[in-house]
Amino acid sequence: MSANAPRSFLRRWIFSTDHKVIGLQYYFLALFSALTGMVLSVLMRFHLVYPDARVRLFEWLWPAGASGGIMTPELYLSLMTMHGTIMVFFVLTAAPQSGFGNYLIPLQISAEDMAFPRLNMLSFWTTFLALMVMLAAFFVPGGAPLGGWTAYPPLSAVGEIAGPGQGLGMDLWLVSIALFSIGSLMGSINFIATLADLRAPGMGLMSMPLTCWGWFSTAMISLLAFAVLIPAGLLLLLDRNLGTSFFLPEGLVVNDRVLPYKGGSPILFQHLFWFFGHPEVYIIILPGMGMISTVLSVFSGKEVFGRKAMIYAMVAIAFVGFLVWGHHMFVSGMSPYSSMAFSLVTMAVGVPSAIKTFNWIGTIWGGRLRLEPPMLYALGFLSLFVSGGITGIFLGQPALDIYFHDTYFVVGHFHMIMGVAAVFALFAGTSYWFPLIFGRMMNPSLSRIHFYLTFIGVYMIFVPMHLTGFAGQPRRYPDFKEFEFMKDLAILHKFMTHSAFTTAAAQLIFVLNLFWSAWKGRPAPPNPWGAKTREWTP
Amino acid sequence: MLPPDLSYHVKFPMLLALLIWLVAAAVTGLILARRWWFPEAINAHGVSFDSHLAATFLLTGPVFIAAHAALGWVILRYRGVRTASGPVENNRLEFLWTAAAAILFVGIAAAGTGIWAGVHFDPAPKDAIRVEALGKQFAWSFRYPGRDGKFGRTDIRLINDSNGNPFGIDERDAAGRDDISTAALRVPAGRPVLLTLRSRDVIHNFFVRELRLKQDLVPGMEIPFWFQADKAGEFEVACSELCGLGHHQMRTSLIVLPAAEFEAWLRQMHEQLGLPSQPETR
Repeated sequence: MSANAPRSFLRRWIFSTDHKVIGLQYYFLALFSALTGMVLSVLMRFHLVYPDARVRLFEWLWPAGASGGIMTPELYLSLMTMHGTIMVFFVLTAAPQSGFGNYLIPLQISAEDMAFPRLNMLSFWTTFLALMVMLAAFFVPGGAPLGGWTAYPPLSAVGEIAGPGQGLGMDLWLVSIALFSIGSLMGSINFIATLADLRAPGMGLMSMPLTCWGWFSTAMISLLAFAVLIPAGLLLLLDRNLGTSFFLPEGLVVNDRVLPYKGGSPILFQHLFWFFGHPEVYIIILPGMGMISTVLSVFSGKEVFGRKAMIYAMVAIAFVGFLVWGHHMFVSGMSPYSSMAFSLVTMAVGVPSAIKTFNWIGTIWGGRLRLEPPMLYALGFLSLFVSGGITGIFLGQPALDIYFHDTYFVVGHFHMIMGVAAVFALFAGTSYWFPLIFGRMMNPSLSRIHFYLTFIGVYMIFVPMHLTGFAGQPRRYPDFKEFEFMKDLAILHKFMTHSAFTTAAAQLIFVLNLFWSAWKGRPAPPNPWGAKTREWTP
Repeated sequence: MLPPDLSYHVKFPMLLALLIWLVAAAVTGLILARRWWFPEAINAHGVSFDSHLAATFLLTGPVFIAAHAALGWVILRYRGVRTASGPVENNRLEFLWTAAAAILFVGIAAAGTGIWAGVHFDPAPKDAIRVEALGKQFAWSFRYPGRDGKFGRTDIRLINDSNGNPFGIDERDAAGRDDISTAALRVPAGRPVLLTLRSRDVIHNFFVRELRLKQDLVPGMEIPFWFQADKAGEFEVACSELCGLGHHQMRTSLIVLPAAEFEAWLRQMHEQLGLPSQPETR
């Protein structure tokens, strides 16, 4: 912290303009959100296997959605919507980019702070407000929305007649997403300005650490992608509240009511949403890729293999990632000819990801491996990234997606690659930079136990999920009682649910280790891992 | 400065490598076992889907196994060695694997285009039976044009689910009087069927696993979608696009009947409508 840092508690820790404090604020906002999202997922997994169980806790939490203690389908769907939204935005977008990036960029390029410290503070508090508005959706009449994190109209556009959470809850959801987008836009401008202008003398763009390249390319994507999500959300708000028909066609009869809309297109929303939504997955994974490159290199005692190729690959992913959104829409009713184009570009965007995987293996090949906790998480990331990437080759082909679309195979795929792989990058980054941030070491034994339980656990949750996808089970079903063919899959779901319970419990080890070590951990030497980047050598 | 804690390498030297191999072996085993798998296909498209799926498995499976084998091997081989020795740059190698990945990825997608084209680009054969499929929260309705081969006029103001008129068929239009509305989709085996997919309210999705086919029903659009089922039997149709709180109950059946039984069923439906039971002319 610089010499003229403000002394009052409020300016120093709450409304701080210091990049380190803001980085930590983002990190702990994401940690809180991750635990919230995880609890939601555990409740969902419970309901899928025991749909008729009476649980007093449910009734206490949601008197309307679970009267008598039995979770209604609409409550399940609202938990699912909020789980996805909170995890995608407030965890996987907030932590790798805004959390780690804010803390580390100025240190890694020897800048005093981010380019616009006040804007930085404003970004965080806008994001914080967005989270409060999002959580408020749970407490309004009707509860949280049930249309999924993708919020496709007409389901998301016609209001309460489409379900209890589709009233005020859905409006709050849209306002929250708009606020979050504004926060992300401000953040990305700040990141780009800082990395472009404030690098240490003599540090060219190509000699920036790979972590900085991850944050830089992510900021570029963020700037362009969130700029499209905001208008998409605003148009949906207008359709909902001011009677416009951007996304609503003529002749809708919902719940026996003829609706007055005219001339809009539900598919238009999908185009706008996925123009944001696909780049969003790269917003999630690129900072992690940078952090993983660093950790693998440090704990192999080697430079990153093919450094230049790693940078080009990130830039290629950032650019080509904007041309593939249609692969989410193969069965949507858009032109089947454009599906072929989107498919080819999707396969092309797999190439830089494959390059990165090869180069990571090249990095550890012939290295002097030290299997410290950050390295364990990074090696775990590699395995998960390969597993989740390969299923993408199935989904990127319209010929196969025509079966897999909206099955549990998709849920398994994206949880592997942008869910747990990205989270493993966060674990790696946390345990790696913890000594720098808190001046203490995390307990290595607890970290190892946490790593092994989580690594085994996520495979036990998500591999069976792919199998239910082979069997064609659709996602977003609150229970599987209606369908004959789903009876055979019940045992898999039971297995997944119990694996999820165990894996979720194991996360408490991480949280415990984090807080205990911050206060009581062994004091850290100045550069415990023998790293070469500037943050370790002030 | 070196890490203080190197004892770990002595205590658990092989745990991570073995675990990574175990994961790869378990995944491979579960796929080869086919205990939880695709149902048998009942159409030609399904058969070609299955063979392209097998090709994709054959190309990606070895990559998955090789990557995990290499990962485990590197961990075992290089853990705790004295000095790092591996290369940090090799342009030829990088060019090679970039080219290999590009050819593999684009090649497999290109190989599958014929299957996609067969579903969407080839028009339905002229003799296809036409059926209108309507999705609404949370039920399916199907409409056959009847003996005149024409769908009658509809009007959304005439929609009445409890009176069995989910389409809003206008009684005043003669073409609509012989239209048949049903809740299950009955089709003859071995004949092409051309569906017109429509939705009344939100987006739904028509998915039959045994046909390996899936298509959204979008309000405001009429989406043509044809298939030909070759095996008789009853198959479940599951809505596969989130449509609201009853999404998981939006189920119906695709009933594939031998051709003669299908004709008999049509005749029976016409009788129920009070129309003469003469055989269908076309």
